[in-house]
Amino acid sequence: MSDQSTNSVAFVRTEEVAAKPPPNTAAGPVKWVKDNLFATPANSILTIIALYVVFLVLSGALPWIMNGIWESPSLKACREILDGESGACFAVLTERWNQLIFGFKYPTDLYWRPGLAFVLLFFAAAPVLFFDLPRKLLIITALFPFVAYWLIWGGAIWAPVTALLGIVAAYVFYSRFVAQNFALGFFGGIAIAFLVWILCGYIFPSSEITEGAMRSVPSRDLGGFMFNMMLGVTCVSLSIPIGIALALGRQSSMPLIKWICVVFIEFVRGVPLITLLFVASVMLAYLFPPGSNPDLFIRVVIMITLFSSAYIAEVIRGGLAALPKGQYEAADSLGLDYPQAMRLIILPQALKISIPGIVNVAVGLFKDTTLVSVISMFDIVGMIRGPILASTEWNGVYWELFGFASVLFFVVCYGISQYSQWLERRLATDHK
Amino acid sequence: MTIMTDPPRGEFRLSMLLSDTRYRSLTLQAIAALVLALSIFLLARNVATNLAAQGLDISFDFLGTPAGYDINQRLIEYTSQSSNLRAAIVGILNTLLVAFLACVTATVFGVLAGVLRLSNNWLVSKLMAFYVEIFRNIPVLIWILIIFTIMTAVLPGPRAFRGDEPEASMLFNAFAFTNRGIYTPLPFFQRGFGGGLDFLLVLLLLVGSFFGARAVTARATRIQEATGERPATLLTNLAIWFGPLVAVSLILGLSFELPELKGFNFKGGITIRGSLIALWFALSIYTGAFIAENVRAGIQAVSKGQTEAAAALGLRPGRTMSLVVLPQALRIIIPPLISNYLNITKNSSLAIAVGYMDVTGTLGGVTLNQTGRAIECVLLLMLFYLVISLSISAGMNVYNNTMKLKER
Repeated sequence: MSDQSTNSVAFVRTEEVAAKPPPNTAAGPVKWVKDNLFATPANSILTIIALYVVFLVLSGALPWIMNGIWESPSLKACREILDGESGACFAVLTERWNQLIFGFKYPTDLYWRPGLAFVLLFFAAAPVLFFDLPRKLLIITALFPFVAYWLIWGGAIWAPVTALLGIVAAYVFYSRFVAQNFALGFFGGIAIAFLVWILCGYIFPSSEITEGAMRSVPSRDLGGFMFNMMLGVTCVSLSIPIGIALALGRQSSMPLIKWICVVFIEFVRGVPLITLLFVASVMLAYLFPPGSNPDLFIRVVIMITLFSSAYIAEVIRGGLAALPKGQYEAADSLGLDYPQAMRLIILPQALKISIPGIVNVAVGLFKDTTLVSVISMFDIVGMIRGPILASTEWNGVYWELFGFASVLFFVVCYGISQYSQWLERRLATDHK
Repeated sequence: MTIMTDPPRGEFRLSMLLSDTRYRSLTLQAIAALVLALSIFLLARNVATNLAAQGLDISFDFLGTPAGYDINQRLIEYTSQSSNLRAAIVGILNTLLVAFLACVTATVFGVLAGVLRLSNNWLVSKLMAFYVEIFRNIPVLIWILIIFTIMTAVLPGPRAFRGDEPEASMLFNAFAFTNRGIYTPLPFFQRGFGGGLDFLLVLLLLVGSFFGARAVTARATRIQEATGERPATLLTNLAIWFGPLVAVSLILGLSFELPELKGFNFKGGITIRGSLIALWFALSIYTGAFIAENVRAGIQAVSKGQTEAAAALGLRPGRTMSLVVLPQALRIIIPPLISNYLNITKNSSLAIAVGYMDVTGTLGGVTLNQTGRAIECVLLLMLFYLVISLSISAGMNVYNNTMKLKER
């Protein structure tokens, strides 16, 4: 065979020829540009329009940011330095930094206290957000509200310590009795907490004790972005348990409880947050017992918490409804009673399904904290529109200030939504 | 949940109220009713005591008294001598106006951005992702204030339009963008019947054209199903839409009243205040970002098999989209779309931040402050929003029930 073929054929290649690289137009960046930017005539037109838009925005914004002035006492001085050129006047941010972050009345020498509370917030949030961290760290989370309260408002240390003692007593009671009967543990725990608080109220009358006191700062002196953070963190963490309770109530087979929850949820979801804030600022005072004059901060926290708990309840109801019926039946067939079934079987799964929704509500709520500026509280938007833009030095510096507030909110909200996506991937137990 | 099969044994004991599932729910509901009644009683008593202490009462008489303030953006006649009730109605109409306008434009922005985000074009889809992330993550109040600042601080004053060599000029000699608002031409009929009659006529014509065009399309479909050939309908439809309209405009003498600079301000034409523009644009561009995400999710949720099946049947990409993908995507898109409309209506209450006189600005703002009737005003305000929200949700429930996949 081989002899014949060598005779009859002039040349046979013995080794394979290496493949040639594809032509330049079918590989590498050229191909990518052709496929992704200029695939069809319509696509090319879109690309050109988009490029033009990008060029317009960048050519306007880049020189403005690059030429920015960071040191100047007033807008007038800033314009003189710029001398007619396009440029931002970021000096307002450096000069009014403290006002933007802490409000204009928080004592200057006490800025370290909310600053420290802010740093502690990360340590407190970490064990909740990342499950891989040791569970012991949750103690920091549990202690955080009391420490943060004491740091931000100051005052006698007995107030937060008393509150903490009550909670600890309630927790000890609950963990002792929950195995026997959930209702006994839960309601007994609440009763014990109140008992401890009343007892402590007798032992240390708060007005007389001044030991361990830090200079106290009244709520009306709080402001700036700190105020948005405080409202956001407080209201989200308070509204999740209330939202769970409302969602379970709405699923309940007891008509009266179901009816109460439905009316509450639909009412709150039907009105804008502004009207609820009006309630907090002008109407809630009439609902409290005569003589008591609750702090505006507390009134606002109450209304925002009620508002977001209704939305969280709807999200969790979605999670509960998405669970297969077999899960409920499995819990029943194991002989679990209602609280056990909820705690051990239903809620862990339902909450996992609801995480994206809860995060959406939390982001929305954090953005909505700016609405308190409408009822003349000085959060960051209130600070910008009020004291800063009204001052003679900085009257007319809109873009830098609004831009700064936008960047702050964008960083926080985008960060939270990225976290929720990571968490969703992390918790996904099904096979994709 | 738990089904008790064994018959009750023994007689009733008090402890069974808590331990027996038959009685426990009754006990819990009785406790809930008691707590509810007690808290309502306590709140009512607090309100009564607090009002008595300030010498106030609950009364809605203030609705009939003259409001005593002016509203510069209004759809119906209103003077400062009109009653507070009329001021509230002006506010309600303003709320509905901005909500309607914002719903329309937000849908346009949202659908456009949502579809473009799925585009094959890398640059365009990235730009749309950028738009969505930027607008979703910054509070709408800040957007309203930013656009209001553009309207009031960046646009030139009417003075800039004066003189032989003005700094600013009108667009097509018909539109003036000033810091007091946007002035546009006002259409009117020279030989019209007066009143709203002419516009009613135009509206009737448009409705007639709609049904005419539908009939033409239906006929084309019938012929296509019978013979396989679809007659061209584009020109007929265009004629049906525009023919009568042009004819009536010519007969009645349609012309436009142009805004003109007189003294220190523009006169004539339609004035759209900067506050309305700011609210309208900010709400639509903010909600548009949310709608874009819904549209994208809706289109992506239609399984790929559907597109492939359509391709296997020989449908072209355009018809695949309109006949197979969109009808299924709409089922997913429309419920969140409607709740976004609801959000626009509720967010329009932020008008108070830029001084647009919607119902929150009139009833919940000036009227509340002037009369001091906080409880009554806030309750009426909530009632209004509640009625709107509940009617929209009722409509949504009806829609969901008709669109639900019928499974057996």
